Amino acid sequence: MFRDISFGQYYPTNSLVHKLDARVKLLLTILFVVVIFFIKSYFGFMLTAFVLIVIILTARLPIISVLKSIRGILFIIIFTSLINLFFVKQGEILWHWKIFTITKVGVHTTIKMVLRLVLLISGASLLSLTTTPVQLADGVESIMAPLKLIKFPVRDVAMIMSIALRFIPTLFEETNKIIAAQKARGASFDTGGFFARAKAMMPVLIPLFVNSFRRADELAFAMDARCYNATDKRTKMKKARIGFGDIVALLFMLSFATVILLDRYYFAGVGITIDYWIFGDLL
Amino acid sequence: MSAIELKDLTYIYSKKTPFEKRALDDINLSVEEGTFLGIIGETGSGKSTLIQHLNGLIKVQNKKVSSVVVNGLSATEKKTLKQLRFEVGIVFQYPEYQLFEDTVKKDVAYGPKNMKLPQEEIDARVRRALEVVGLNYDEFAERSPFELSGGEKRRVAIAGVIAMQPKILVLDEPVAGLDPVGRSEILALIKQLQKDVSPTIIMVSHNMDDIAMLADRIIAMYDGKIELDGTPSEVFCNREKIKEIGLDLPLATRLRDKLVEKGINLPDGIVTPAQLEASLAAIKNGTAKDEVGGGDNV
Repeated sequence: MFRDISFGQYYPTNSLVHKLDARVKLLLTILFVVVIFFIKSYFGFMLTAFVLIVIILTARLPIISVLKSIRGILFIIIFTSLINLFFVKQGEILWHWKIFTITKVGVHTTIKMVLRLVLLISGASLLSLTTTPVQLADGVESIMAPLKLIKFPVRDVAMIMSIALRFIPTLFEETNKIIAAQKARGASFDTGGFFARAKAMMPVLIPLFVNSFRRADELAFAMDARCYNATDKRTKMKKARIGFGDIVALLFMLSFATVILLDRYYFAGVGITIDYWIFGDLL
Repeated sequence: MSAIELKDLTYIYSKKTPFEKRALDDINLSVEEGTFLGIIGETGSGKSTLIQHLNGLIKVQNKKVSSVVVNGLSATEKKTLKQLRFEVGIVFQYPEYQLFEDTVKKDVAYGPKNMKLPQEEIDARVRRALEVVGLNYDEFAERSPFELSGGEKRRVAIAGVIAMQPKILVLDEPVAGLDPVGRSEILALIKQLQKDVSPTIIMVSHNMDDIAMLADRIIAMYDGKIELDGTPSEVFCNREKIKEIGLDLPLATRLRDKLVEKGINLPDGIVTPAQLEASLAAIKNGTAKDEVGGGDNV
């Protein structure tokens, strides 16, 4: 049931993107996600898609593994695009029936929203596809380091994060095991209405929770037994360093962000002019 | 007709990714009704994948080539899948971690309820299943499964499967993590189950002594293939192969080999303590009196 979930799964290849510093990747991902919300024109979307494809090819990931992450939010995409399509009421009316109206503006808003979501999720999934959970948690800790000044428990939070990330696959595996066991007792999770299905999940959720608490207890004891404490005296086995590749990646993404922002604010939509060249009357 | 018929069964995990793994490699297996089949093999040799094919929990990957037929029901047939699930009861590893209801009675009733049996039949089956696993109905029925001891929880979980009265019972490591008393009680229970509930039993175990004692037939798996297949004596006589695929010999067999090294003339094919004892007794009563003395000292 959950075997095909790929969001959050590390995909090992020996690429330049994989070797980047996790902190840099984390910050660039945030930059990418923010920039996506500034895109105004189809030109901007094409540029973003191009950048994304360049990163995917550099990372030597099969495009399908990136697209798989979209599957998880397919429902949200379809739902919001239908809402957008039928209820945006500005502009030229193309089709009308009872309370449903499709307008030209509505169609464009919908297409852009779908593009935005698809690019957003694929971009974000690149981070987890190319960075191991441990690297990621270390990166977060390092980025949050200044917060120590205001007595924020950075190390504790980082440890909580690493543990949480570490246990995602374990919990998936466990969920699968419990589902298998209940199916073997004749449970069915894919028939009946919404409530019937939700109720059918109880025999899975209850043992899952019970086992998680048990596991948390055991882990706490094990850490205690090895004298774990989150003081500043703790040292790292692997120290991350910013290298040449990181600077290249940084410059690449910054120039991409600049183009998108310039397109939106300074040139007052050069992209939109380009859109007209390409799509002409469709707009 | 055999109870289980596997033909050319191959299964590959995470196909076409860097994690690709061939869990089953062209397995052919036929199990007669009434057999106690033991499955041995290292971790990752494909045992779990194999048993989950038997009730369609894992779907046959290549329907054109492979086939899984259990009691005349094909595991690739969607319509009879539910029926197949009730025909083959699987007790997974650490089954106590799958308990979820607030009373023992309700938990055991989960399977029969899914079978859509009438309420009186469900009650009768729950009562019987609990008695079979050695839990007093009046004492345990209304208790929460979470407050029981480890061994008791496992009995409840097993009762949950046998309440469906499956014709074939599959147990994956049924005694893992239990104390010695719990172990021997559960093993005795399994032997009893074959007589009372499920004539055909398949048991996966890492413990060669348990398997040698209980099974009529053993298959040893390695890297998705069946490497050895036969009676316990036949399988464990193949000492080199057993070692090669990362397994051990039963204690009785190792003791027999040591005794043979010391010059006591024991027959090959001894796999259980009872057999060893019988062979030693035969020597004692027979002619080779001086050798028996040596045997007793070891």
